[in-house]
Amino acid sequence: MSVADRSTFKRRLDSLGVTVTEGPESECAELIDEAAGDPAVGVALDAGSLPDRIETDPTTAELRAAHTGVTDAELGVAEYGSVAIEADGAGTEPVSLFVDRHVVVLREADLVPDMPDAFEWLGPRARDESTDVVFATGPSATADMGGLVHGAHGPKEVHVVLLREPGEDGSGESDATDPEVSADE
Amino acid sequence: MSSDATKGDRIRELMATEGDAVAENTRGFNQGRYESTGRLDDYEELKAEARGIKEDAIARLPELIEEVRRTVEANGGTVYVADDAADANRYITELTAEERDADRLVKSKSMTSEEIEVNEALEAEGVEVVETDLGEWVLQVADEAPSHIVAPAIHKSREGIAELFAERFDPDDPPETAEELTMFARERLGELIEDADVGMTGANFVAADSGTMLLVTSEGNARKTVTATDTHVAVAGVEKLVPTVEDFSPFVELIGRSGTGQDVTSYISTLTPPVGSPVPDFEHDDGPLADGSGDDRDFHLVLIDNGRMEMREDEQLKETLYCIRCSACSNACGNFQSVGGHAFGGETYSGGIATGWEAGIEGLDVAAEFNDLCTGCSRCVPACPVGIDIPWINTVVRDRINRGEADPGQTDWMFEELVPDEEPGGLDLSTRIVGNYETLAKWGSRTAPIANRLSDAGPVRALAERVAGIDRRRDLPEFAGEPLVDWFEARGGSRVSADEAEREAVLYADTATNYVDVDRGKAAVRALEALDVHVRVPDLPGSGRPPLSQGMIATAESAAEDVYAGLATHVDAGRDVVVIEPSDLAMFRSEYEKFLPEASHERLAAASYDVMEYVFGLLENGADPSDLRAPAEGTGPVAAGKRVAYHPHCQARTIGVGEHATAVMEALGYDVRVSDTECCGMAGSFGYKHDYYELSMDVGEPIREQFGDTDRTVVAAGTSCTEQIDALLGDTPMHPVELVAPRE
Repeated sequence: MSVADRSTFKRRLDSLGVTVTEGPESECAELIDEAAGDPAVGVALDAGSLPDRIETDPTTAELRAAHTGVTDAELGVAEYGSVAIEADGAGTEPVSLFVDRHVVVLREADLVPDMPDAFEWLGPRARDESTDVVFATGPSATADMGGLVHGAHGPKEVHVVLLREPGEDGSGESDATDPEVSADE
Repeated sequence: MSSDATKGDRIRELMATEGDAVAENTRGFNQGRYESTGRLDDYEELKAEARGIKEDAIARLPELIEEVRRTVEANGGTVYVADDAADANRYITELTAEERDADRLVKSKSMTSEEIEVNEALEAEGVEVVETDLGEWVLQVADEAPSHIVAPAIHKSREGIAELFAERFDPDDPPETAEELTMFARERLGELIEDADVGMTGANFVAADSGTMLLVTSEGNARKTVTATDTHVAVAGVEKLVPTVEDFSPFVELIGRSGTGQDVTSYISTLTPPVGSPVPDFEHDDGPLADGSGDDRDFHLVLIDNGRMEMREDEQLKETLYCIRCSACSNACGNFQSVGGHAFGGETYSGGIATGWEAGIEGLDVAAEFNDLCTGCSRCVPACPVGIDIPWINTVVRDRINRGEADPGQTDWMFEELVPDEEPGGLDLSTRIVGNYETLAKWGSRTAPIANRLSDAGPVRALAERVAGIDRRRDLPEFAGEPLVDWFEARGGSRVSADEAEREAVLYADTATNYVDVDRGKAAVRALEALDVHVRVPDLPGSGRPPLSQGMIATAESAAEDVYAGLATHVDAGRDVVVIEPSDLAMFRSEYEKFLPEASHERLAAASYDVMEYVFGLLENGADPSDLRAPAEGTGPVAAGKRVAYHPHCQARTIGVGEHATAVMEALGYDVRVSDTECCGMAGSFGYKHDYYELSMDVGEPIREQFGDTDRTVVAAGTSCTEQIDALLGDTPMHPVELVAPRE
């Protein structure tokens, strides 16, 4: 993933009011623990692990009571700050939707520059595997009640945990080699 | 005229009750569109790509319907193609009431379901229907219809919603702020969704290759509706089909930007149902969320024809099927900004494109209701992400109404001489009078003193208002005794000889310039001659704009042929055609495409220039700006001052010649402030009409706000703008060419 795309992605998320934390896969549980409120439910991740306090096989009642839902995303779209969440059998969709805060884990390797890339990724999956994906960009929002409010039906807050490529910049965690980001921040 | 009086009253009432909320929201969305699309490097390419996909999809529609039937069924869903609303409702009510034994259906906002009125059909069968979009739910609680395609409750104020909730639900702690109202609705709707049996959504697009549907929302209600219920019914017009999933891409980038100015909406759901999520059991919620219960999900795609396949065969209405329901045409429309959707369209759709939808789906009589709220200003054309010429569709429908609903009882013979048009007898009188403006102007000019005195006389104005609906508050144009063409001939033609000239130009003496505002014509001659242009001012027919605005297409077409015949020799001789009236230049460049052979249209369009565009071009090519009039120093008379307030004409902006005047004035040293409203609200005949007078003035309000207290010299190019600004500010603005032309 290019430095420019990572920088664009983070800048877009920042403008959407979405917080981002970054680190290597080995620190995933720690980063999630910092971002998640309590009580929290989640779905087992493809990459990285969840902290123990996240209930990964929740009952519907536990989902209802949860403050935070933790899921991973299949893809990120740099230009728009969107994350692709798959509606799978494990409950990724309800866990990401029926909560106040959605903590979403994305591997940097899964970041693509723009929408055409995202739909080229989706096309074969939709045709061959009937995949259901929502591209979520920031929190749920409405302006129907006389002002912009977050959390109309879905989450009020979104937090992205971005997992660095192992060894990409030597340490896998420093922003210092990322001049564009440094300039922005 | 009694039904017209009701129309006027209704518009006045809507302006009073809903106008402020509508204005604030639509103007905000419209501004957001400019900002958001302005951030795209490839906006025009994206639009072209989106249009190309729609053209292809509509052309191949029967094939795509068969393909999506195969792909959805392969996934275990069903596809039902409903002929009309009754057919669709029968299928859906049978499905919900019998097969699924449903008590409650939760629904994510969908215009197509509004079109078939499925809520009423379901409720008649004892199924409770709950709208889950917050705005739509407010309307359901208030028992009102949507007033906007995208933001249905745009006309409701926060205070109004608070009052409604307090009254309807009598809560202990009545919500008041936007945040409190939203959370109140979220909670109530959340409970209703949890206990629902069936979820219904629309679909913004459906990909035939996989059966994938695209849903664009911001609230998350569509997601909850689909996830929380084990039966999903998607209702979509057949025109929503596109060939492949990859085809979604340009629309995703355009739809939010075009509608509300969001780069993308919060959620873009791409569902290939039945979806893979488990169905949460909220009734017995101590069981695991993901227990494989998603396996019994059921999906039905109801594709609705309801007139669409016929529209596809209709060369003029076909373009309506390219519409992606983004609402850009509503938000860009001056009239919509003042009155909102409750004054537009007929049964379901609103805004500019509504006429096409209503004509195709409901019929001409429904489309006729408010078709004339389209003034043809054309600002929706560049706003439309799929490039639909919406004013043209309105003109076509107007023409069909003229032909189809003619009242043979009218005493048409009285006016045959006055109105020598190409239209069938029995056309509405006010339509014919406005449509034959050129003949009126010729007659008025010949008898100028009498005509002007007569047209000012109280009894005549009262009669004109009663018989022809021309509002007596509006000043009528004062005809000049000596038309421009006669003046030019009397002065002995051009002062710059053809041999010494840099260029040769034909100044098009449009009807208004020739018979009413002769001064701007004289100024144009002086300005061009000052820049070494040999000018000709031949006697040419009117462009056909007035009849076109009245839907008199045959008359307009005949005018186009006459104009081309009159100009062809000049174009052959390599002369440029310089046009003062922007609405006429817009005819030459845009509408004539429909009337002239392709080569003729292209030649005329390429040879024609707006007068300020032409001056700009001359200066760019080395003409000396000091030959034009620079601003006067010091405080001097206002008209000669340095500070200028300029209102660009709506149609000039659409064809891309609105800003040349600004550039020329600035090059000469003027300090120019440009108005930032879409349209002045006058639009030719529109502002003269009694029923629309107040609306026209309301649309012009932003100009009054911006320029009302200005000490700047006000300039505007269009005849209509000039009349409107005169009415708004009490002073007639000059044409930009009058500002920069050397004095006589």
